[in-house]
Amino acid sequence: MKKLIIALLCGIIFGLGLSLSQMVNPNKVLAFLDLAGNWDPSLAFVMIGALAVAMPAFRYIQNRRQPLLENAFHVSHKTAVDKSLLTGAALFGIGWGMTGYCPGPAVASLGFGSLEALVMVVAIYAGFFTERYFAKQ
Amino acid sequence: MENFTPYSALLGGALIGLSAIILLLFNGRIAGISGIMNGVFKSPRDEVSWRSLFLAGLIIGALLFQWIAPGFVSPRAGYPLWLVALGGFLVGIGTRLGGGCTSGHGICGIANLSLRSILATLTFMATGFVTVYLIRHVFTLT
Repeated sequence: MKKLIIALLCGIIFGLGLSLSQMVNPNKVLAFLDLAGNWDPSLAFVMIGALAVAMPAFRYIQNRRQPLLENAFHVSHKTAVDKSLLTGAALFGIGWGMTGYCPGPAVASLGFGSLEALVMVVAIYAGFFTERYFAKQ
Repeated sequence: MENFTPYSALLGGALIGLSAIILLLFNGRIAGISGIMNGVFKSPRDEVSWRSLFLAGLIIGALLFQWIAPGFVSPRAGYPLWLVALGGFLVGIGTRLGGGCTSGHGICGIANLSLRSILATLTFMATGFVTVYLIRHVFTLT
Protein backbone atom coordinates (compact mmCIF):
# COMPACT_ATOMS: atom_id res chain seq x y z
CA MET A 1 0.00 0.00 0.00
CA LYS A 2 2.77 2.44 0.96
CA LYS A 3 4.54 1.70 -2.31
CA LEU A 4 1.42 2.57 -4.26
CA ILE A 5 1.03 5.90 -2.47
CA ILE A 6 4.68 6.69 -3.20
CA ALA A 7 4.16 5.84 -6.88
CA LEU A 8 1.13 8.13 -7.08
CA LEU A 9 2.95 10.92 -5.25
CA CYS A 10 5.98 10.60 -7.54
CA GLY A 11 3.72 10.75 -10.59
CA ILE A 12 2.12 13.94 -9.27
CA ILE A 13 5.49 15.61 -8.55
CA PHE A 14 6.74 14.53 -11.99
CA GLY A 15 3.60 15.94 -13.62
CA LEU A 16 4.02 19.24 -11.76
CA GLY A 17 7.66 19.37 -12.93
CA LEU A 18 6.71 18.68 -16.54
CA SER A 19 4.16 21.49 -16.39
CA LEU A 20 6.33 24.09 -14.65
CA SER A 21 9.20 23.36 -17.05
CA GLN A 22 6.72 23.51 -19.98
CA MET A 23 7.79 20.10 -21.26
CA VAL A 24 4.05 19.54 -21.73
CA ASN A 25 4.09 22.28 -24.36
CA PRO A 26 5.19 20.56 -27.59
CA ASN A 27 5.96 23.92 -29.22
CA LYS A 28 8.42 24.64 -26.42
CA VAL A 29 10.08 21.25 -26.99
CA LEU A 30 10.26 21.82 -30.75
CA ALA A 31 11.71 25.31 -30.17
CA PHE A 32 14.54 23.59 -28.27
CA LEU A 33 15.09 21.09 -31.07
CA ASP A 34 15.00 23.83 -33.73
CA LEU A 35 18.63 24.94 -33.77
CA ALA A 36 18.22 26.72 -37.10
CA GLY A 37 15.12 28.62 -36.00
CA ASN A 38 14.37 30.86 -33.02
CA TRP A 39 16.27 28.55 -30.67
CA ASP A 40 15.02 28.25 -27.09
CA PRO A 41 17.59 26.51 -24.86
CA SER A 42 15.16 26.16 -21.90
CA LEU A 43 14.88 22.39 -22.10
CA ALA A 44 18.60 21.98 -21.53
CA PHE A 45 17.97 23.70 -18.20
CA VAL A 46 15.27 21.17 -17.35
CA MET A 47 17.87 18.46 -17.68
CA ILE A 48 20.43 20.45 -15.70
CA GLY A 49 17.89 21.03 -12.92
CA ALA A 50 16.93 17.35 -12.80
CA LEU A 51 20.51 16.08 -12.89
CA ALA A 52 21.69 18.60 -10.29
CA VAL A 53 19.41 16.99 -7.70
CA ALA A 54 19.31 13.40 -8.98
CA MET A 55 23.00 12.78 -9.60
CA PRO A 56 24.30 13.21 -6.03
CA ALA A 57 21.17 11.63 -4.52
CA PHE A 58 21.23 8.54 -6.77
CA ARG A 59 24.77 7.76 -5.69
CA TYR A 60 23.88 8.12 -2.02
CA ILE A 61 20.66 6.07 -2.34
CA GLN A 62 22.33 3.17 -4.12
CA ASN A 63 25.01 2.95 -1.49
CA ARG A 64 22.23 1.74 0.81
CA ARG A 65 21.73 -2.00 0.99
CA GLN A 66 18.12 -1.73 -0.16
CA PRO A 67 15.33 0.79 -0.81
CA LEU A 68 13.07 1.75 2.13
CA LEU A 69 10.06 -0.28 0.98
CA GLU A 70 11.59 -3.03 -1.19
CA ASN A 71 14.16 -5.78 -0.83
CA ALA A 72 16.28 -4.70 -3.76
CA PHE A 73 16.82 -1.96 -6.30
CA HIS A 74 15.29 -2.59 -9.72
CA VAL A 75 17.94 -0.81 -11.72
CA SER A 76 19.32 -1.85 -15.11
CA HIS A 77 22.87 -3.14 -15.00
CA LYS A 78 23.22 -3.39 -18.75
CA THR A 79 26.46 -1.97 -20.08
CA ALA A 80 26.50 -3.13 -23.72
CA VAL A 81 26.38 -0.33 -26.26
CA ASP A 82 24.77 -2.25 -29.11
CA LYS A 83 22.88 -1.71 -32.33
CA SER A 84 19.49 -2.00 -30.66
CA LEU A 85 20.31 0.77 -28.15
CA LEU A 86 21.49 3.20 -30.82
CA THR A 87 18.82 2.33 -33.42
CA GLY A 88 16.12 2.62 -30.78
CA ALA A 89 17.41 5.96 -29.50
CA ALA A 90 17.69 7.26 -33.07
CA LEU A 91 14.08 6.27 -33.86
CA PHE A 92 12.87 7.77 -30.60
CA GLY A 93 14.59 11.07 -31.45
CA ILE A 94 12.94 11.14 -34.88
CA GLY A 95 9.51 10.57 -33.33
CA TRP A 96 10.21 13.17 -30.65
CA GLY A 97 11.20 15.70 -33.30
CA MET A 98 8.14 14.91 -35.42
CA THR A 99 5.75 15.51 -32.53
CA GLY A 100 7.35 17.52 -29.73
CA TYR A 101 6.16 14.87 -27.28
CA CYS A 102 8.21 12.34 -25.36
CA PRO A 103 6.27 9.74 -23.32
CA GLY A 104 5.90 11.66 -20.01
CA PRO A 105 4.43 14.87 -21.43
CA ALA A 106 2.17 12.84 -23.76
CA VAL A 107 0.58 11.08 -20.77
CA ALA A 108 0.44 14.23 -18.63
CA SER A 109 -1.27 16.15 -21.47
CA LEU A 110 -4.12 13.63 -21.52
CA GLY A 111 -5.38 15.63 -18.53
CA PHE A 112 -5.77 18.72 -20.71
CA GLY A 113 -8.20 16.81 -22.92
CA SER A 114 -5.81 17.27 -25.82
CA LEU A 115 -6.73 15.17 -28.86
CA GLU A 116 -3.17 15.06 -30.17
CA ALA A 117 -1.92 13.80 -26.78
CA LEU A 118 -4.46 10.96 -27.03
CA VAL A 119 -3.31 10.16 -30.58
CA MET A 120 0.29 10.26 -29.33
CA VAL A 121 -0.31 7.88 -26.43
CA VAL A 122 -2.26 5.40 -28.57
CA ALA A 123 0.48 5.54 -31.22
CA ILE A 124 3.19 4.96 -28.59
CA TYR A 125 1.38 1.82 -27.43
CA ALA A 126 1.00 0.69 -31.05
CA GLY A 127 4.80 1.04 -31.26
CA PHE A 128 5.30 -0.91 -28.01
CA PHE A 129 3.14 -3.80 -29.21
CA THR A 130 4.74 -3.83 -32.65
CA GLU A 131 8.20 -4.04 -31.09
CA ARG A 132 7.02 -6.75 -28.70
CA TYR A 133 5.56 -8.75 -31.59
CA PHE A 134 8.77 -8.63 -33.62
CA ALA A 135 10.95 -9.30 -30.57
CA LYS A 136 9.05 -12.58 -30.08
CA GLN A 137 9.58 -13.72 -33.68
CA MET B 1 15.65 33.51 -27.70
CA GLU B 2 12.79 35.71 -26.43
CA ASN B 3 10.94 32.68 -25.02
CA PHE B 4 13.89 31.51 -22.93
CA THR B 5 12.65 30.53 -19.44
CA PRO B 6 15.69 29.28 -17.50
CA TYR B 7 14.29 29.58 -13.96
CA SER B 8 11.02 27.73 -14.42
CA ALA B 9 12.95 25.15 -16.48
CA LEU B 10 15.52 24.60 -13.72
CA LEU B 11 12.86 24.42 -11.01
CA GLY B 12 10.61 22.13 -13.05
CA GLY B 13 13.61 19.95 -13.78
CA ALA B 14 14.43 19.82 -10.07
CA LEU B 15 10.88 18.59 -9.37
CA ILE B 16 11.33 15.84 -11.96
CA GLY B 17 14.63 14.93 -10.30
CA LEU B 18 12.96 14.92 -6.87
CA SER B 19 10.28 12.54 -8.15
CA ALA B 20 12.98 10.20 -9.47
CA ILE B 21 14.81 10.35 -6.12
CA ILE B 22 11.73 9.50 -4.05
CA LEU B 23 10.76 6.61 -6.35
CA LEU B 24 14.27 5.14 -6.16
CA LEU B 25 14.73 5.70 -2.41
CA PHE B 26 11.40 4.18 -1.35
CA ASN B 27 10.44 1.75 -4.12
CA GLY B 28 13.82 1.06 -5.69
CA ARG B 29 12.41 1.91 -9.11
CA ILE B 30 13.67 4.03 -11.97
CA ALA B 31 11.34 6.83 -13.10
CA GLY B 32 11.55 5.99 -16.80
CA ILE B 33 8.19 6.84 -18.30
CA SER B 34 8.34 4.67 -21.42
CA GLY B 35 9.23 1.64 -19.29
CA ILE B 36 6.44 2.43 -16.83
CA MET B 37 3.95 2.85 -19.70
CA ASN B 38 5.01 -0.42 -21.28
CA GLY B 39 4.83 -2.24 -17.94
CA VAL B 40 1.16 -1.34 -17.49
CA PHE B 41 0.30 -4.05 -20.04
CA LYS B 42 2.47 -6.72 -18.52
CA SER B 43 2.07 -9.24 -15.76
CA PRO B 44 2.43 -9.63 -12.76
CA ARG B 45 -0.41 -7.66 -11.31
CA ASP B 46 1.36 -5.84 -8.46
CA GLU B 47 3.78 -4.46 -11.03
CA VAL B 48 0.83 -3.10 -12.98
CA SER B 49 -0.81 -1.20 -10.13
CA TRP B 50 2.10 1.03 -9.10
CA ARG B 51 2.76 1.87 -12.73
CA SER B 52 -0.88 2.78 -13.37
CA LEU B 53 -0.89 4.98 -10.27
CA PHE B 54 2.31 6.72 -11.36
CA LEU B 55 0.79 7.49 -14.77
CA ALA B 56 -2.44 8.68 -13.14
CA GLY B 57 -0.23 10.90 -10.98
CA LEU B 58 1.29 12.49 -14.09
CA ILE B 59 -2.16 13.51 -15.26
CA ILE B 60 -3.21 14.69 -11.78
CA GLY B 61 0.03 16.69 -11.46
CA ALA B 62 -0.54 18.43 -14.78
CA LEU B 63 -4.16 19.21 -13.85
CA LEU B 64 -3.12 20.43 -10.41
CA PHE B 65 -0.60 22.76 -11.98
CA GLN B 66 -3.18 24.11 -14.40
CA TRP B 67 -5.47 24.76 -11.44
CA ILE B 68 -2.68 26.60 -9.56
CA ALA B 69 -1.49 28.59 -12.59
CA PRO B 70 -4.31 28.76 -15.15
CA GLY B 71 -3.20 29.59 -18.67
CA PHE B 72 0.49 28.84 -18.02
CA VAL B 73 0.31 25.95 -20.46
CA SER B 74 -2.06 26.10 -23.41
CA PRO B 75 -2.59 23.01 -25.57
CA ARG B 76 -1.35 23.13 -29.16
CA ALA B 77 -3.96 23.17 -31.89
CA GLY B 78 -3.81 22.61 -35.63
CA TYR B 79 -0.69 20.45 -35.71
CA PRO B 80 -0.99 17.67 -38.32
CA LEU B 81 -2.34 14.61 -36.53
CA TRP B 82 -0.83 12.17 -39.03
CA LEU B 83 2.58 13.50 -38.02
CA VAL B 84 1.72 12.94 -34.35
CA ALA B 85 0.50 9.39 -35.07
CA LEU B 86 3.58 8.45 -37.09
CA GLY B 87 5.94 10.13 -34.63
CA GLY B 88 4.24 8.47 -31.67
CA PHE B 89 4.63 5.08 -33.31
CA LEU B 90 8.37 5.71 -33.73
CA VAL B 91 8.62 6.87 -30.10
CA GLY B 92 6.97 3.58 -29.05
CA ILE B 93 9.23 1.32 -31.11
CA GLY B 94 12.34 3.38 -30.43
CA THR B 95 11.99 3.54 -26.66
CA ARG B 96 11.48 -0.22 -26.45
CA LEU B 97 14.42 -1.03 -28.73
CA GLY B 98 16.62 1.51 -26.99
CA GLY B 99 15.35 0.69 -23.51
CA GLY B 100 14.34 4.17 -22.43
CA CYS B 101 13.42 7.74 -23.23
CA THR B 102 14.19 11.27 -22.04
CA SER B 103 13.45 10.35 -18.40
CA GLY B 104 14.92 6.83 -18.15
CA HIS B 105 18.08 7.47 -20.16
CA GLY B 106 18.26 11.28 -20.17
CA ILE B 107 17.79 11.80 -16.46
CA CYS B 108 17.97 8.59 -14.41
CA GLY B 109 20.58 6.84 -16.58
CA ILE B 110 22.82 9.88 -16.81
CA ALA B 111 22.39 10.45 -13.04
CA ASN B 112 23.80 6.92 -12.68
CA LEU B 113 26.64 7.83 -15.08
CA SER B 114 25.61 4.99 -17.41
CA LEU B 115 27.55 5.13 -20.68
CA ARG B 116 24.60 3.48 -22.46
CA SER B 117 22.29 6.25 -21.32
CA ILE B 118 24.74 9.02 -22.20
CA LEU B 119 25.12 7.63 -25.73
CA ALA B 120 21.38 7.04 -26.10
CA THR B 121 20.68 10.63 -25.02
CA LEU B 122 23.23 12.08 -27.43
CA THR B 123 21.70 9.94 -30.19
CA PHE B 124 18.06 10.92 -29.66
CA MET B 125 19.01 14.57 -29.24
CA ALA B 126 20.94 14.42 -32.53
CA THR B 127 18.14 12.76 -34.52
CA GLY B 128 15.63 15.11 -32.86
CA PHE B 129 17.60 18.15 -34.05
CA VAL B 130 17.92 16.75 -37.58
CA THR B 131 14.22 15.80 -37.75
CA VAL B 132 13.03 19.26 -36.70
CA TYR B 133 15.45 20.83 -39.16
CA LEU B 134 14.05 18.71 -41.99
CA ILE B 135 10.41 19.23 -41.02
CA ARG B 136 10.63 22.98 -40.49
CA HIS B 137 13.31 24.18 -42.84
CA VAL B 138 13.59 21.67 -45.69
CA PHE B 139 10.10 20.21 -46.20
CA THR B 140 8.33 23.03 -44.28
CA LEU B 141 5.60 20.65 -43.11
CA THR B 142 4.67 22.79 -40.12
